[in-house]
Amino acid sequence: MSITEILFWGLSALALFSAIMVVASKSPVHSILYLIVVFFAISGHYILMNAQFLAIVNIIVYAGAIMVLFLFVVMLMNLNAESEPKKNRLIQFAGLISGGCLFLVLIAGITRSTSSNNMMQMGGGDFGLIKNLGMILFKDYVIPFEISSVLFLSAMIGAVVISKKGD
Amino acid sequence: MEIQWYIGLSVALFCTGIVGVLTRRNSIIIFMCIELMLNSVNLLLVAFSKMHAATAVLQSNPNVVSDAQIFVFFIMVVAAAEVSVGLAIIVMLYRNTHSVDVNFLNRLKN
Repeated sequence: MSITEILFWGLSALALFSAIMVVASKSPVHSILYLIVVFFAISGHYILMNAQFLAIVNIIVYAGAIMVLFLFVVMLMNLNAESEPKKNRLIQFAGLISGGCLFLVLIAGITRSTSSNNMMQMGGGDFGLIKNLGMILFKDYVIPFEISSVLFLSAMIGAVVISKKGD
Repeated sequence: MEIQWYIGLSVALFCTGIVGVLTRRNSIIIFMCIELMLNSVNLLLVAFSKMHAATAVLQSNPNVVSDAQIFVFFIMVVAAAEVSVGLAIIVMLYRNTHSVDVNFLNRLKN
């Protein structure tokens, strides 16, 4: 068992355990903290696949900015385990069964596929480095990059308009 | 490393997100489960790009790996914009109903 496989299984176990705890934990603050662990595990997978730019962006944008925003909102609302809404056992069971059925169907699909044991290039290849991605982003994809700035502006205006007091 | 292990991991994370969306009623946790599903799809896109890096596709189009990672970058951009608007909607919902339970949203009917 190579070092890559050991790291893969460790990071996968961490990501899956934390993802289950996001869904299962009672307190919203604990859910957010477990979701940050999931994002760090996924960033570890990106580093394992030599996509270093995406790993750094994932940590900065998701674990840094988005989760802090979630944490602010939860603490602003003063939510805790006691204010959790009452849950219907039957609905929970039905959701678990339907999610499990989707999982079984997708897993059965990929195990019957002939190309599912194609090898991946784990290390090596400098495609994911910031130099190459920056060259492509500002040569071939400069129009979508500029359009995304308009998207951000409209999202900012939308957030301000929605959360404005009164009407 | 074969591609099937990464597909399995992404499918497991995605189905965990779906179970969370279906079972929880706290709207913030539903929103977090949507983020989890977006991240599992990003992971799968990067894994497929590295699969194509190891096969013959690369000789005909050498930019295919970087294109996939730019695509993931734009998904992250859209997700960040989506989170800001979604959290504003949740804050407004909490201010009007004093709860984050999504079942209160059926009051929008009347």
